[in-house]
Amino acid sequence: MKAHSMTDPAQILAHSPAHIPAHIPDEWLLDHAAGATPEPVAVLVEAHLALSAPARATYARLAAVGGVLLEQQSPADLAPDAFARMLARIDASPAPVAAIAPAATAGLLPAAVSAYAGPSIDALDWRRVVRGVEQATLKLGRPSPYELSLLRIAAGKSIPQHTHEGDELLLVLAGSFEDGRAGYARGDVCAADASVDHAPVADRATDCLCLHVANAPIKLTGPFGRFLNPLLKLARR
Amino acid sequence: MRIASDMMPVNRAETLALHPAAATAAAAALAGALAPFLNRSIQGAMANDSDPPPLGAPAPETPTLDALVRDLGAVASRQDRAAFARLFAHFAPRVKGYLMRLGAERAQADDLMQDVMLTVWRKAPGYDPKMASPGTWIFAIARNRRIDALRRDKRADLDPDDPGLMPDAAALPDRTLDARLWETRLAGAIADLPPEQAQMLRLAYYEDRSHGDIASSLRLPLGTVKSRLRLAVARLRTMFENDT
Repeated sequence: MKAHSMTDPAQILAHSPAHIPAHIPDEWLLDHAAGATPEPVAVLVEAHLALSAPARATYARLAAVGGVLLEQQSPADLAPDAFARMLARIDASPAPVAAIAPAATAGLLPAAVSAYAGPSIDALDWRRVVRGVEQATLKLGRPSPYELSLLRIAAGKSIPQHTHEGDELLLVLAGSFEDGRAGYARGDVCAADASVDHAPVADRATDCLCLHVANAPIKLTGPFGRFLNPLLKLARR
Repeated sequence: MRIASDMMPVNRAETLALHPAAATAAAAALAGALAPFLNRSIQGAMANDSDPPPLGAPAPETPTLDALVRDLGAVASRQDRAAFARLFAHFAPRVKGYLMRLGAERAQADDLMQDVMLTVWRKAPGYDPKMASPGTWIFAIARNRRIDALRRDKRADLDPDDPGLMPDAAALPDRTLDARLWETRLAGAIADLPPEQAQMLRLAYYEDRSHGDIASSLRLPLGTVKSRLRLAVARLRTMFENDT
């Protein structure tokens, strides 16, 4: 992975001794390694893996569980001509080649995200959520209870104090934020559910860009926020 | 949890049929079955598991991991068909069994298995034995192929060798131990998991359930499922770190 400029505030945060990189909780990595992750969550997990070495190390162990279980799998009987068919397909296909490694993290957006966001995030349909916070929903291949979106929090601005009726995952792609529990820099994931009541605040120096996945709307809990609940939609429904 | 409703296009009948008691029995069977697998026939190991049907004829001697790695290397370097035939004999019936377990019909499982094994042939030069055992590498191919075929996600065809999904060399648990030996130990660690944790792994890997789905289908609080999964992962992790 490329080293990022140390003048990037997110990188300063990422390298400051106080910052503990926040890797996604294990259950999400396990879902992905098992192949049980719904599409929007898979996109976030793959983007996170591209940016987080500790997450990749855990993921390698969980991927190995799949290998062990495949070895343990009861063999199914094959069609009698299975290998003959295989050879015919091999003859019809080009010789094995070493794949050219894709650049997983070449730009701002990991490859997993740019496949959904397109070449320019500015061209997306950004909508204001509250002052200083904009959201662009990304189109999925098939319907899902989870919504996938990009979230832009202007420097110094915040998402009002809220809790969640489902799961929410926020992956930082640029800038940084803190939510009273921890600080999050590029590559970090903030996971929240009904037990978490927080108000993410972007770093004062730079805008914060996040990938956001949620399967239920957030619920505002601040003194004024309660009145705004009907207006605020960080996830549909 | 609403998550369960629209996530899984396959296995819907099984999802409905799953009863906590049945699942516990299945987990106990699994815990028994997950004995160290190397150099051993696994014939009958999953005897309590009714689908898919096991191979009628006795399984040929299971090849060693070293032999599988050598064969993949021979496919990569000189398109060695005899080596590929051995890989096919070992993995194709397991890949097909895995796909059927996850809900593919027999004919569809045959087709998908063919796609998986063709990918093995074509991508063999990208296989790195330091990163994963042949089984882990092929599992990832089969898993991705199944997702492509059954879910029709918009996600680009995932490359099993995508560096974004690979651990950094320095992050591997022990650089003196290669990944193959590491997986031998993993098999033992999985066998030693308490039944309720082994059950979680089985539901995730063999029944396509996310942790949210597991919670709703077993009617367990989501927090319970998360903590069991985290405990299982933590146990696997300590096993790697202590046993070196």
